[in-house]
Amino acid sequence: MVEISKINDNIYEVPIGYRPGMRVPGRIFVSAVLREMVEPGTVDQVANVASLPGIVKYSMAMPDAHLGYGFPIGGVAAFREEGGIISPGGVGFDINCGVRLLRTDLQAEAVQPRINTLIDALFEAIPSGLGATGRLHASDQQLTEAFINGSAWAVEEGYGVEADLSHCEENGHMPGAQPSQVGVKARKRGRPQLGTLGSGNHFLEIQKVEEIYDEAKAKQFGLFKGQITVMIHCGSRGAGHQICTDHLEVLSKAVKKYNIDIPDKQLACAPLGSPEADNYFGAMVCAANYAWANRHIIAHWTREVFERYFPGSKLDLVYDVAHNVAKIEEHQVDGKRERLYVHRKGATRAFGPSRSEVPDTYRNVGQPVLIPGSMGTSSYVLCGSDQALDLTFGSACHGAGRVMSRSQALKLFTGQNVKAALNRDGIVVKATSPGMLAEEAPQVYKPSGDVVDVVHNLGIATKVARLVPLGVSKG
Amino acid sequence: MIPFEYLEHTADIKFRAYGKTPEEMLSNAAAALFKSMVQPETIAIKETWKVELKAFDLEDLAYQWLSEIVFLFETESAVFAAFAVKLEQDATQSWKLQAEIGGERIDLKRHAFGNEVKAITRHKFGIKKNEVWCIQVILDV
Repeated sequence: MVEISKINDNIYEVPIGYRPGMRVPGRIFVSAVLREMVEPGTVDQVANVASLPGIVKYSMAMPDAHLGYGFPIGGVAAFREEGGIISPGGVGFDINCGVRLLRTDLQAEAVQPRINTLIDALFEAIPSGLGATGRLHASDQQLTEAFINGSAWAVEEGYGVEADLSHCEENGHMPGAQPSQVGVKARKRGRPQLGTLGSGNHFLEIQKVEEIYDEAKAKQFGLFKGQITVMIHCGSRGAGHQICTDHLEVLSKAVKKYNIDIPDKQLACAPLGSPEADNYFGAMVCAANYAWANRHIIAHWTREVFERYFPGSKLDLVYDVAHNVAKIEEHQVDGKRERLYVHRKGATRAFGPSRSEVPDTYRNVGQPVLIPGSMGTSSYVLCGSDQALDLTFGSACHGAGRVMSRSQALKLFTGQNVKAALNRDGIVVKATSPGMLAEEAPQVYKPSGDVVDVVHNLGIATKVARLVPLGVSKG
Repeated sequence: MIPFEYLEHTADIKFRAYGKTPEEMLSNAAAALFKSMVQPETIAIKETWKVELKAFDLEDLAYQWLSEIVFLFETESAVFAAFAVKLEQDATQSWKLQAEIGGERIDLKRHAFGNEVKAITRHKFGIKKNEVWCIQVILDV
């Protein structure tokens, strides 16, 4: 048996031969402490991805990696346009699950005394939790436009402003949407849920900038110590889940048709250029755009609530990142520029100043990389770097990553004691279900600081600011 | 024979459901899925929904069946607590499922919600028959 080898303090290599059929080695970016938390199953998943056709350089796992289905969560893999594949497993069910950060011109001292009222109002204004439907009641036509134009559609409808768009990855609307590839079921799930937060680890959080690591970059991102920020974490809801489910069925058959040997059914894929691959990509883009529209609408309602309690306050969009998506990007491979399909499943794009995708306002420093903490722990703003392009196709971690199962969490915690502990730390929480609070207790996640330090120490993305929660609204 | 059991999984929900017949196994799997979403004791049976599905093998049929329940939950705004499953195999060996699902429309005041199931995954999804039928499922939550 070939063993995992340590390349340096933060990089471990899974050599070819670790599992049968590997075409490239795997690389896991972790510190010694986090390495202990990576389950053997996760390493197997990194190795399995390495066996997919057309994979370039390495099958990678970010420091928050944990067991997924097919791909690990925290997985990054890029495939050549010639001879490569696209796989819904490398994107996930929640297509374009992502994070958006709004900065306010308010100081924490002004907001903190009214935090309970504010969280109650946000909880009221933004539908969340299981069984909730939106305030929006989108028509079929509106849904199609959201699929095609994402955030740009939302702005046309009066949600958010034009200036927000350049501060979204892909300007909030990725080209290549094919609404004809979205099935009836996905449309039916998507329509009532446009403008809803969802459940699970999704949240809306009022935060305070607690610490600045890099004054110059913080200034560029419009962040200062003691400032109030709002973070929104959600995705493409039932529309995305159903699109993934439907196309997985098609791609499971494509694997047989094109004779692709896969070690796990959830790695179903199709050769790039095949109709099955094109159709999945076109449908995935629809879900990605839906998610951008969704976060745009939620941000708009957040602004309305702030306007009610803090008239004249300004909430500008710092940035909006996707952490579950496949994108066509150009990268340097063996000295050549190549078009690759980069899959990021629980990983955030972290482009540096050299990339034209970074908006003008941030071009001299790099894109903001938003890493949400778990409920009750710090979130981080980092800045992408050109070094990441070489190491990880310009990708960083996406969060903290779970270390404890839900059933274990329910044995150890109750919603009530989790809430009380958070209250003691000055954090107000509002959630639809107490069980959810127990399952999402801060202790079930890896320490977000450790995860971020690996990314920082490798130079993939450097720390700019640390944000602490004051109030959390959860599904 | 226990109807189903939840197994340890770090990030998601994993369960095995059992049955003396494939029908019973599919019915128990649906109950296991739904119990992770809503506490069954809070659900009254007031309405029924009919489901008809076809597939080339039992595993595909089971996958479709569980996915259909997630779909119905979201689009019908309903919660379910009874799952009566009938199976048939035709001359070409294809499977056909006919089911009656009992439940009621969502009442946010009364129903105790748990996890939001995004999808049924294909990861380590499988059916085995030893002494009884057994299906293993991992839910993406």
